[in-house]
Amino acid sequence: MIKIENMYKIYKMGDNEVRALDGINIHILKNEFVAIVGPSGSGKSTLINMIGCLDTPTSGKYYLDGIDVSRINENKLADIRNRKIGFIFQSYNLLAKLTVLENVELPLIYMGLSKSKRHALAKDAISRVGLSGRENHRPNQLSGGQQQRVAVARALVNNPSLILADEPTGALDSKTGQELLAMLKDIHSNGNTIVLITHDKEIAQNAKRIITIRDGKIHQDSEVKAQ
Amino acid sequence: MSIFQAVKMSLKSISSNRMRSFLTMLGIIIGVAAVIIMVSLVQSSTAQIKAQMESMGTNMISVMLTGRGSVRNLSINDMQKLVDDNTDYFLSVAPVLNGNPTIKAGTENDVTSLIGTNQHYSSINNAEVEFGRNITERDCLNRSKIVVIGKYIQNRFFPGENPIGKEMKISGQVFTVVGVLKAKTTTIAQSSQDDRIMIPYTTAQRLLRNTAIRSYSFQAANAEVAEKASQKLEDLLLKLLGDTNAYRVMNQAEMLESVQSITGTMSLMLGGIAGISLLVGGIGIMNIMLVSVTERTREIGIRKAIGARRSSIMTQFLIESIVITLLGGALGILFGIAGTSAIGKAISLKTSVSLSVIALSCGVSIATGVFFGWYPANKASKLNPIEALRFE
Ligand SMILES: Nc1ncnc2c1ncn2[C@@H]1O[C@H](COP(=O)(O)OP(=O)(O)OP(=O)(O)O)[C@@H](O)[C@H]1O
Ligand SMILES: [Mg+2]
Repeated sequence: MIKIENMYKIYKMGDNEVRALDGINIHILKNEFVAIVGPSGSGKSTLINMIGCLDTPTSGKYYLDGIDVSRINENKLADIRNRKIGFIFQSYNLLAKLTVLENVELPLIYMGLSKSKRHALAKDAISRVGLSGRENHRPNQLSGGQQQRVAVARALVNNPSLILADEPTGALDSKTGQELLAMLKDIHSNGNTIVLITHDKEIAQNAKRIITIRDGKIHQDSEVKAQ
Repeated sequence: MSIFQAVKMSLKSISSNRMRSFLTMLGIIIGVAAVIIMVSLVQSSTAQIKAQMESMGTNMISVMLTGRGSVRNLSINDMQKLVDDNTDYFLSVAPVLNGNPTIKAGTENDVTSLIGTNQHYSSINNAEVEFGRNITERDCLNRSKIVVIGKYIQNRFFPGENPIGKEMKISGQVFTVVGVLKAKTTTIAQSSQDDRIMIPYTTAQRLLRNTAIRSYSFQAANAEVAEKASQKLEDLLLKLLGDTNAYRVMNQAEMLESVQSITGTMSLMLGGIAGISLLVGGIGIMNIMLVSVTERTREIGIRKAIGARRSSIMTQFLIESIVITLLGGALGILFGIAGTSAIGKAISLKTSVSLSVIALSCGVSIATGVFFGWYPANKASKLNPIEALRFE
């Protein structure tokens, strides 16, 4: 599903250059559950943004479902983000002026679905994350954990094959973090591919595969023994 | 994403920032209202002037003598002879002497406009006598100190009494009122066509210490020959005076034309000035939209991350500025219509707002929205999603 070859991302700041990604090669198959770990500043977010088609590498190839992403135009890229990828951010990134329902509906609006279909799908996703009844709340009327669940619902709503999560539990306490993890596992069991960034060793252990990154390079790539 | 969705989104963001949206609109509101008021007032007064001129007398041809010599060479008798020799073309001629004397009756006094003329003026210029009598040929011969007064003068100096036979001082000399003219306006206001007096031209020559009559009103024999009559008059005058610069002949059609060209220029000029305020309003919109794009960088980043195309972001912001200008334009039209009728009432002018002005200002406000919204919208749509998401 995901194939990254020799990817570099180099930021030049005056004479200094930061190699956020320094020759990355990854191959992730369909329905894998991958955790990416590594120290702060090692390039995890940069990598997941590349996978999510939000950023473009300095050099290297990225194939998503066999498509060479670096060669397609902006509109197609937007459509890929819209249909194939669900993104969960550490800081939720909900639109404060919209209600829960409207936030979850947003990807479907850009897909061009009719109102009734949008409502049905959004309500379904909201109930999957256990927030039924809160459709008309605004994000600032919800707790952090609830807001992150709205973000999960938004990522799920268009049923993307790939779910990307950049430290989704970073701002949550361990109990809500566990709940969120259970939700991701559930999504995984439905056949979605999941890539998760985390600092938490315990959470990483829930994945099937752990990739450790250091200084923009893959330090270790190992299967997790079935518990 | 459909346009309908974009309109809904933009309404949401406009209503969530009501005060700012209103202030942004203010420029457009004022601009549109100003355009409507200016253009409507000019159009309405043009219509009024036209109606007045039509009421001033049909088939009227006026002659102005401009050179010094021409006044000495041509007297009222020569003019009368032109009429008598060309009865196919002309019915009558009246000399016109104008002045602005102080008049006094009882303890009241006022300044009014005076016309020194003969018995024909009344029919040539549609100045009908309501009661009493008109100036006569004899009055002119005798230099009688009689006066025919306008309706405003009657109301002002002789309220609730019969003015006929009453005395009135004009520039200090005593005149007898012999007639009252029919009202020409509905309001009968000061400085209107009803604020005037008419005396024999011979008396006026003495009173105004001015024997030179420069202005004459001719009446054409009928409407069919009116155009030809004014041409004939030009030919006759050229023969008599031998210089095309010594006189000026104007018929009603020409006068209407010149009024229309003046008011046309005026409405263009005033509309242009008002248009500048629309431009300023548009720049205000651009400014606010730019601020809004910066403020909402994160929002744009989120929308892009979940799959908004560049065109969707572009549409969203463009529609937002169009909706703002359209709302502003609609309010401006309301204020413009209200303002026009309020000002019309204040200056007693019958006003109407034409559809074309409304359509024009609608069009201009949409164009303003598109034109000044384009740059900010384009800027928003070009943001790189990852940088936009990082923006604090
Ligand atoms: N826009 C940028 N300009 C310059 N340097 C950048 C930029 N974005 C990221 N970097 C650098 O790239 C490196 C990798 O950053 P990245 O955000 O991927 O780290 P990370 O592994 O996600 O860290 P954390 O765990 O703290 O989130 C860092 O050294 C960072 O300073
Ligand atoms: Mg990070």
